[in-house]
Amino acid sequence: MEQFHQTFFEESFEGLDIMENELLNLDVGNADNESINTIFRSAHSIKGGSGTFGFTAIAEFTHVAETLLDEMRDGTRQITQEAVDILLKSVDVMRDMLNVYKDGGEMNEDTNAAVQKELENLLGAEGASASNEGNQASEQQTASDGWHISFHPHVEMLRTGNDPVRMMYALAELGEIEVVADISDLPAFVDLNPEDSHLSWKITLTGDINKDDIVEVFDWVEDECDLEIEPIVNKSEKIPDAEDTATSNSSIPAATKEPAEKKSPAKKTGGETASIRVGIDKVDEIINLVGELVITQAMLGQAGGDMSTDKEYNETRMEKLLEGLAQLERNTREIQESVMRIRMLPISFVFSRVPRLVHDLSGKLNKKVDLVTLGEGTELDKTVMEKIGDPMVHLVRNALDHGIETPEQRIAAGKPETGTLTLNAYHKGGNIVIELSDDGAGINKERVLNKARANGLVGANEELSDDAINDLIFHPGLSTAEALSDVSGRGVGMDVVRKNIKSLGGSVRVKSTEGEGAIFIIQLPLTLAILDGQLVKVGSETFVVPLVSIIESIQVKSDNLSGIAGKADLYKLRNEYIPVIRADHIFNMPNDDSQLENRLMVVVEGDGHKAGIIVDDLLAQQQVVIKSLETNYQRVDGISGATILGDGTVALILDIAGMIEIYKEKGVPDPTTPVTPPEGNNSDMAEEAA
Amino acid sequence: MTKAASELNSIIGSELDSDADQYLTFILGSEEYGVDILRVQEIKGWDSVTPIPNTPEYIKGVINLRGTIVPIVDLRQRFNMPEIEYGPITVVIVLKIECADRDRIMGIVVDGVSDVYDVPPEEMKAAPDFGNVVDTEFVRGLATVDEKMIIILDIDHLMSGNEMKETDNISA
Repeated sequence: MEQFHQTFFEESFEGLDIMENELLNLDVGNADNESINTIFRSAHSIKGGSGTFGFTAIAEFTHVAETLLDEMRDGTRQITQEAVDILLKSVDVMRDMLNVYKDGGEMNEDTNAAVQKELENLLGAEGASASNEGNQASEQQTASDGWHISFHPHVEMLRTGNDPVRMMYALAELGEIEVVADISDLPAFVDLNPEDSHLSWKITLTGDINKDDIVEVFDWVEDECDLEIEPIVNKSEKIPDAEDTATSNSSIPAATKEPAEKKSPAKKTGGETASIRVGIDKVDEIINLVGELVITQAMLGQAGGDMSTDKEYNETRMEKLLEGLAQLERNTREIQESVMRIRMLPISFVFSRVPRLVHDLSGKLNKKVDLVTLGEGTELDKTVMEKIGDPMVHLVRNALDHGIETPEQRIAAGKPETGTLTLNAYHKGGNIVIELSDDGAGINKERVLNKARANGLVGANEELSDDAINDLIFHPGLSTAEALSDVSGRGVGMDVVRKNIKSLGGSVRVKSTEGEGAIFIIQLPLTLAILDGQLVKVGSETFVVPLVSIIESIQVKSDNLSGIAGKADLYKLRNEYIPVIRADHIFNMPNDDSQLENRLMVVVEGDGHKAGIIVDDLLAQQQVVIKSLETNYQRVDGISGATILGDGTVALILDIAGMIEIYKEKGVPDPTTPVTPPEGNNSDMAEEAA
Repeated sequence: MTKAASELNSIIGSELDSDADQYLTFILGSEEYGVDILRVQEIKGWDSVTPIPNTPEYIKGVINLRGTIVPIVDLRQRFNMPEIEYGPITVVIVLKIECADRDRIMGIVVDGVSDVYDVPPEEMKAAPDFGNVVDTEFVRGLATVDEKMIIILDIDHLMSGNEMKETDNISA
């Protein structure tokens, strides 16, 4: 059973997402029947699945929600905003419950019960004879002695895949069970169709059992059997009777399991492997490409196979071989791209969380907000997606809390009463750009600046550009919300957003026009697995510089070099001065050449800082597969990972921001080294014993 | 039962002796060290490595082991023994290390591999405490095989010192 759980959870979470989305899109009062049906179907499959797997709490809870939905579907109940809100809450509860079953932990019984109560109240309130007869009759019915169950499946029940034995086992989990089979309907052996059900059973279930639990076992076969459930009237009379007949009939081994205490909740799904759903078209594409690869391989095999002494013959072979290699290269690249695409998912997975958030928050904050999402089909790597969710949620919160004003304020400002929050995603170069814009008040620069001055982040007389002021909101400990709310305003958050995005190798900026709104622009690499890199040579070693961080590569002209305090080098690049970092210095690599003139400098930007990195040679540009150093070793400052080059050797990938950090800490290691004019010889700096 | 057969049996018996742990031994200078053979992934000849900047000197660098980046430690340098030129019999023993709740792969450079010995646990003796003279942190015990002393290493400790501590800092 265990192996199906993962699938069940995945499907259920998907179902909940669908429910949530449909509920949010539901036009109250004028609901589309199809969406109600969709919601109902999702709830129904969750209920069915959880019942099958024995997640009774979910099954029970979902049942109530389903009843409500059923009435909506039949048109016997009006769809009110109230009902939608409660259903949304139910979705949350179901999600929590699923999480508890999946990862272990404590059910939040109080909340669950409260929401269930709300649902039941709603069901009761409009008097629409809510629950089915079974439920009504038995709501409080708990026969302390037990139940007699007469179960007579219709002939065709087995064909629907329902197995009576499984039901018996399920019953056995409830209490002590005695089963007597009635074989009187059994036809002669020659007439027997094994797909027909001819048996019926009399079941005696003893113990303190709720009738609902019993009904639930037969939930799926309700329409395919005759079922009678009676409380035991006189125990002493019936039980021996059952025992007498038990011997003469084929009876299910009386499973006297101790009333199954939910199977070991302690078991956490530690070794859980994440799975991914891939469109069949992507898989087909890969299969096609692999097919081509096999053909290429055969072609190469043939071409390389039998060399002869005939020179001319060999030349044509050689040509073929080269042709085949070119084809192999193309194939490899295509396969690589396709395989990478497996990990790519549309950003709608992240965007889909937002409508709910907007719905809840706008209600809480008494604001009116329209949400517009664009470019939902834009794909990005699953890993990136998983990590961008939280920062996105935070930015949305921030936009609703601080950005968009209350309807009154908006009207006073001459804006439409309803604010608009726009999410947009698109590809740009090797990056994905996510824009989150609102037409709210924008960033109050004066307030940010005052706050920053008060906190000592900015000197009293220091003047900052608009962009620099806007950028301050990403500084830790700066929140300008006038009142602390539970939505945002604790002054943590924006800095965490920036930190998280940076850890993904991305960046976040904000542009704002006071009174007109703000726009947050997040830029992220498409994938964490592959990187466009520039190979450079430093000393005898090859390093990879991420192409995204390179601005340009230039040859150093001594006219533009200047030193500061005889220590740091500065380079005048057009109208700005950038620090010159010698990779061999900060990496303690042996190097005896301190001459900068005419050497190559890669101008890079990391973490908002520009710098020039002196390298010995620029090699090829190529895509590299990122390998972690941490898998078998540890993180190394200034190095973001490693890759394997075409010749099988390992090259390290530079972490530009980290290198700038090292540079700042270290400065130039040997202060006696004269840098400009470059004449000195500093041979000792590299040999620092570690 | 013939004499030959009983001899054969005793040989098989000793091979199947499940109580004895098997150790792969290697040479460092004039000393012989052993590691649990179950931890040995492979033995390969010394090949050039890619050095990692700003790491202790005994971390020679990393190599590409069929697509995995594997750090290589020079055991002589790790033990502060005099360095020697790498020669044709210099080998890298690739080991599986269990540390910080996960497995890592790591290679150690040694002068050469020696042999595989069975060492019953009861024959393993604790290393005496040398105080500050010799760091016995990595020594699991001493065993005697064929009149030779073999130093059994605790390889998990070897790489789990400070230098292998994981840093949680996200690159700034």
